[in-house]
Amino acid sequence: MSMLEAAGVHVRFGDRVVLESVDLAVAEGEFHGVMGPNGAGKTTFFNVLTGRVKPSRGKVRLGGEDVTGLSPHRIAAKGIARSFQIMTLFDEFSARDNVMMGLPEFRARGLDVVHAVAGDRRFAEQASEALAAVGLVEKGDVRAKDLSYGDRRALEIAVALAQAPRVLCLDEPTSGLGSDGVQRLAALIARLKGKLTIVAIEHDMEFLFSLADRISVIHWGQVVARGTPHELQQNDWVRRSNLGKFA
Amino acid sequence: MMVGSKSSSEASRLVTPTMLVLWLVLATVPLWITRIGLYPYLGIEILIWSLYALAFNLVLGTAGLPSFGHGAYFGIGAYAFGLCQFDIVANLWICLVAAALAAGLAGALVALFISHRRGIYYAFMTIAFGQIFWTLAIKSHRITGGEDGLLKIKRLPADFGLVSFDLTDNVAFYYFVLAAFAVGVAALWRLVHSPYGRVVAAMRQSETRAAHLGYNVWLYKASIFALSAAVSGFAGGLFAMAQLAAFPDVMSLHQSGYVVMMTLVGGGLVSFWGPVIGVFLFLTARDVIGALTNAWMLYFGLLFIAIVLFRPEGIAGAISAALQQHSLNALRQRGTSAMRLLVGGGR
Ligand SMILES: Nc1ncnc2c1ncn2[C@@H]1O[C@H](COP(=O)(O)OP(=O)(O)OP(=O)(O)O)[C@@H](O)[C@H]1O
Ligand SMILES: [Mg+2]
Repeated sequence: MSMLEAAGVHVRFGDRVVLESVDLAVAEGEFHGVMGPNGAGKTTFFNVLTGRVKPSRGKVRLGGEDVTGLSPHRIAAKGIARSFQIMTLFDEFSARDNVMMGLPEFRARGLDVVHAVAGDRRFAEQASEALAAVGLVEKGDVRAKDLSYGDRRALEIAVALAQAPRVLCLDEPTSGLGSDGVQRLAALIARLKGKLTIVAIEHDMEFLFSLADRISVIHWGQVVARGTPHELQQNDWVRRSNLGKFA
Repeated sequence: MMVGSKSSSEASRLVTPTMLVLWLVLATVPLWITRIGLYPYLGIEILIWSLYALAFNLVLGTAGLPSFGHGAYFGIGAYAFGLCQFDIVANLWICLVAAALAAGLAGALVALFISHRRGIYYAFMTIAFGQIFWTLAIKSHRITGGEDGLLKIKRLPADFGLVSFDLTDNVAFYYFVLAAFAVGVAALWRLVHSPYGRVVAAMRQSETRAAHLGYNVWLYKASIFALSAAVSGFAGGLFAMAQLAAFPDVMSLHQSGYVVMMTLVGGGLVSFWGPVIGVFLFLTARDVIGALTNAWMLYFGLLFIAIVLFRPEGIAGAISAALQQHSLNALRQRGTSAMRLLVGGGR
């Protein structure tokens, strides 16, 4: 059984069809890449997976359970975490507090109006663990808005990791990162690989082809090609389009 | 909490040396206030409005939601207090609870309709509902006394079983209000620094992010509004006791604007205590400058404009920077982005 499964996902905005019919099945522990030209609907597809956009047709299943059309907080609670193409952090909070917000234990205490957050060591420790995973542990006290761009990207991932998700959806995690940053991220993904189910939209082909177990190409509202990096490099469509230029 | 989280451990202490001094000052007000040409009733007013403004700031400052009709809940609390003692039971505690409950219910009802909104839409809806409640208060002559107000409200005795305190005298009532204020402040402080308060503050910065972390944004927005309304109503109950009456004018758009001005001028966007500073300034200016010229509101209005445009960190921000607790720049940035969120609606 797939960890994450989308079947016949159809999305239109007004009379503009963005996704015609997208299918995707991601096995547990798989790192699945998603690529496609600008405006192909990749982010929209993530928005469907995470509840921001309700598809007019099609199904999304998480671990076999139908989660189609549930609101974002429900889907998040069921275990899909995401990062955003346009970074979305709690800018006034420290890096550690950003991560803390992601902890399921913290979420479970969200309606607690009595206890002090500051006094709770457990949250701080768990948050520090997630920060350590992305190499930010020394910057835990820095406000998110004062972090460098690369550190902010890393923080987004730390927040998602703190959620202890079943599936992690990353929307262009390397965008805007220098080559150092990309390498750091690649090393992190390599460490997570196999332990976590990951779906990543990515334009950086080198990054994707070296890390992904399988890749789906979204174009014209559907998956036009799919396979292992090796298979995709042989794919005619990918070869002809500039997506495969490095292959 | 509202200031950077680097200082979260230090900032989350309610009892600090500065605070002890301030509480001491508050505790001695009746002893010296007449000597400086003012009167205990002003102290009562300041404390009650401070509690109201602190409650209001849960919505404006903590949640970043522009509520411009908050007077409605203050007023509903005042009426509920009066109606409770007339029609249900003349017991101080029960009537204060009734004030909070009635305002909280009204707030919850409104929250049902507005909590999927943000920014200017939210502001418009709160104004509209505020106007509805205000109109109801004026038109329901038989219940509220209409424009004449609900008169002859009594300052019920504070009955503790073994001892009972008569509150008819302004000094005694001042101490009662001070005690209520202290309890209210402690409760609000806890709330703001609790996990719940943290989620609300996170939601102010990004609803999208909060939702995708698994927080039910609508529920938090609705509940903080209802809580704020309830505490505003509690303050309204005290106000009815202070005035010995309940009037519709505190519910008007006009007076709902006062609490917004007080909170912003004081620095509610960057500081827990901002609203208190704003209320103190507003009400003393009304009495001191107001004794000299009718145009005191003009000066306060100009101050308000200056703050909104140039000093969004407010007076609390300036004080905090002067005491070198936080950098002025950081506070100003915070204030500016908070101001933008209020109008623009955020992410
Ligand atoms: N909420 C919306 N309302 C209307 N149109 C939308 C909405 N969201 C996305 N679109 C449109 O859908 C199309 C696909 O957008 P999407 O962001 O999913 O593309 P993408 O594949 O992620 O592109 P990129 O590589 O540039 O990030 C675009 O034409 C976009 O303008
Ligand atoms: Mg995109």
